[in-house]
Amino acid sequence: MPNLKNCQTEASQDDADLSKRRFMIGTVGTSMLMAFGGITGLLNNASAADLLAHKSFSPNIWIELNAEGEVLINIAKAEMGQHIGTAIARIVSDELGADWNSVRIHHVDTDPKWGFMVTGGSWSVFHSFTPMSQAGAAGRITLIDAGAKLLGVSPESCDAENSFVISGGDRISFAEIIRRGKFDKTFTPEEMTKLPLKPVKKLKLVGKKSQALDIPSKTNGSAQYGIDVELPGMVYARPVVPPTRYGSKVKEVNDQDAKAISGYLGYEVIADPSDTLQGWVVALASSYPAAINAVQAIKVSYDKGPTANVSEADIQKEGARLVNDKSQGFLFVDDGDVKAANSKTKSTISSIYKTASAIHFTLEPLNATVEFIEGVCHVHTGNQWQSLTLPMIAKALNLPAESVVMHQYYLGGGFGRRLFGDYAIPAALVAQKINKPVKLIFTREDDSLFSQPRSPSVQRFDAAFDGNNKLLSVEHALTAGWPTLSMAPGFMPDSVDKKGKTDPFSSSGADHWYSIENQQVRVINNDLAQRTFLPGWLRSVGAGWIGWGVESFIDELAIESKQDPLDYRLSLLDGKGKNAAGAQRLAHTLALAKKESHWQENLGKDEGMGVAICAGQERTMPTWVSCVAKVHVNRNSGEVSLKKLTLVVDCGLVVDPDGALAQLEGSALWGVSLTLHEINAFKKGQISMTNLNTYKPLSMNQVPELDIHFVKSEEQPVGLGEPGVIAVGPAIGNAIFNAVGVRVHDLPITAADIKRKLTS
Amino acid sequence: MIEFMLNGKKMTTTVAGDTPLLWVIRDEFKLTGTKFGCGIAMCGACTIHLNGQAVRSCILPVSAVAGSEVRTIEGLGNKHPLQKAWIDEQVPQCGYCQSGQIMQAATLLASNPNPSEDDIVNHMSSNLCRCMAYKRIKSAIKTAAATTVGTVEIYEPHSESPKEIS
Repeated sequence: MPNLKNCQTEASQDDADLSKRRFMIGTVGTSMLMAFGGITGLLNNASAADLLAHKSFSPNIWIELNAEGEVLINIAKAEMGQHIGTAIARIVSDELGADWNSVRIHHVDTDPKWGFMVTGGSWSVFHSFTPMSQAGAAGRITLIDAGAKLLGVSPESCDAENSFVISGGDRISFAEIIRRGKFDKTFTPEEMTKLPLKPVKKLKLVGKKSQALDIPSKTNGSAQYGIDVELPGMVYARPVVPPTRYGSKVKEVNDQDAKAISGYLGYEVIADPSDTLQGWVVALASSYPAAINAVQAIKVSYDKGPTANVSEADIQKEGARLVNDKSQGFLFVDDGDVKAANSKTKSTISSIYKTASAIHFTLEPLNATVEFIEGVCHVHTGNQWQSLTLPMIAKALNLPAESVVMHQYYLGGGFGRRLFGDYAIPAALVAQKINKPVKLIFTREDDSLFSQPRSPSVQRFDAAFDGNNKLLSVEHALTAGWPTLSMAPGFMPDSVDKKGKTDPFSSSGADHWYSIENQQVRVINNDLAQRTFLPGWLRSVGAGWIGWGVESFIDELAIESKQDPLDYRLSLLDGKGKNAAGAQRLAHTLALAKKESHWQENLGKDEGMGVAICAGQERTMPTWVSCVAKVHVNRNSGEVSLKKLTLVVDCGLVVDPDGALAQLEGSALWGVSLTLHEINAFKKGQISMTNLNTYKPLSMNQVPELDIHFVKSEEQPVGLGEPGVIAVGPAIGNAIFNAVGVRVHDLPITAADIKRKLTS
Repeated sequence: MIEFMLNGKKMTTTVAGDTPLLWVIRDEFKLTGTKFGCGIAMCGACTIHLNGQAVRSCILPVSAVAGSEVRTIEGLGNKHPLQKAWIDEQVPQCGYCQSGQIMQAATLLASNPNPSEDDIVNHMSSNLCRCMAYKRIKSAIKTAAATTVGTVEIYEPHSESPKEIS
């Protein structure tokens, strides 16, 4: 598998921490520029204006106010449907007092100066809200100081609104202040934290309905995605994806039949020093249709990698072995004393939950267009994690990272697949080799075969009760392929028992907010999965499949305790100890969901309601979600019809209400799709479904009624892209139990499984 | 040589007749609003109008459009009520499927100015939206239908050359 060790210094999350940085405001040309300074290379006595003029800054964002009064906000975040640029721009502009109609956004290319670039983990608004508010406030205060002087009034008498500094009846535009002023000011990190921020009730953009700035271009075909890039003199390319992700070696290539294809230009066998691509051949042509046909005509024989015969069942069998072997894995949670508590055991329940492979299936197939200009490799592609991808491209090319620039475009879907941009490497290597610009597009089938699937997973739960329905302990063991182990091992913290490193994106969610006095969670890497494919970070990551087990098993505990599953959850969300404050917010959403869903009311024959909750992606960034699903189960066929989902979400202050709702609508339906429609089982070392004739994500005729509520809050905003996925699956599973008494253990849920259980 | 009308302008191409129309539109005529998604006519990202009917351009040989009228998303010229509704209701997320969704929906409104919910779902269910913005797609179609008060505009073929549009 690829060795990413060298990339870890680049991919340190500390770089993202703007709270340690100075903020600089200076006149550059005829504009006022504002930016966070870099951690290094900033001289104590340097002028902010000089540093800004020489772009000696390292921001995740920087802002230009020009002499015409326009505000240009540069954003180092990938736009993949979440309208993140609009949200960040509104946060800045609100504090700045800018006229929203004069604000534009620009998504930047990579440059070491821009600092750490990642868009994932539902982190963007969470990480950006405070520094962006402070940046806006620093700009406001600077403009007010200058404006007050020009007006001949005291700064205290001034306010900033609609791009004017206003004092009583007098006012002066930002544009005029910038034309007449000269700015050169640095705020220390301490000064930034003390800037007066507007109280929520005075905010005019944040929390109000807005129109996303990227949307108009997405209604008329003008939005430019990576696949739309065209460079003069480029050749088209399509890869021949090898039979195994790792270890395939090209033995022989026969392109005799391809030579008859008009436009076919030949093929390249790829040697990749980064080891990302093993056993790759790329076909070249003067048009993409010719490249498609060429790959169909080329015959490649391989020494296949060692996992060429691995199946989904093999991976799951290994998973089951791992969770059943108590010597495996590392502790992720170790609360109380399970062993001592279990001495009072009178009864136990055990359960195994599994999830199957699923793939991102971004509608824009993977692609990259690469050109070398004066020794610098320019990569044109939509990507979520440039700080991880760029060093790997450099390694593949045997070039220093400074010689690679990534140019950003709209992403035709990300969902985690465009975090690690392995798909840019074949284009880069071929462009380097043939010394021509190369546009390499994966067909849908190629894209699927080169997917980073959500790993199959197995979880085992063991609960012990005393003789009076009192829960004594829960032991939870879970295993899957770990994305972070392969792609960013530097992000893996030590386990609780210090026996090893664990993948937070394959364990978060097992550390839920229920108070269970004695609890152990053991996380185990499924080595067979790890060797067979590159496990992906798929929207909702670990919490997505872990929540399936946790919330289904909690339901089992409620039934065992003869309590209503919703009330049982409320009783466990007591906010004691480590769950203080958080559990109450989660309980609040649950109580609201009970009311809004008309819990257990008006149920027809074979209808049921199920509930599940989640706290988003990580305990350090919880988004509180409760979900109630209403289903009907056909007892003859086992088919489930999902009638309605009710979701109540507490994400703190809602920055962009309509955008937040869109994220919830999309993520809830992702939850439905992963629960009822998506399975892509491994066969012979590869996923078996490469296109829509077999892989069937949710379509419009399968959409249930959605009833989504946001809790009104002024708390710190948190992420929304993923948490809406998590609770949907178990809510549906629990609703099926409520409807017909069948406990479903495997995702996706199939009619055949339910029918079998109904008749057994 | 194959000749056809593209957004109201006569175009000729010399590519092989079995070349899918999608690549001729995108790579030769530089209209990139029409997207490549699945390549087997199942996702709908490549939907265009052929003589007023919604068709999938990824499997349509360019020879099949000889002498015909082809319209792409660019040919709607930002004037279609669906495009306005798409913005008003903030439909697109990643946006990649939306050209196809709009072109697919436009043929529904052309033949059925007041579609029922079922009409919309039946007409649209073979267009994949991976962001799953289905609720808004459905709702925006209803809005567009309502705002055209039972009539659907017939669009004059666009007179600008595609190169200018792109």
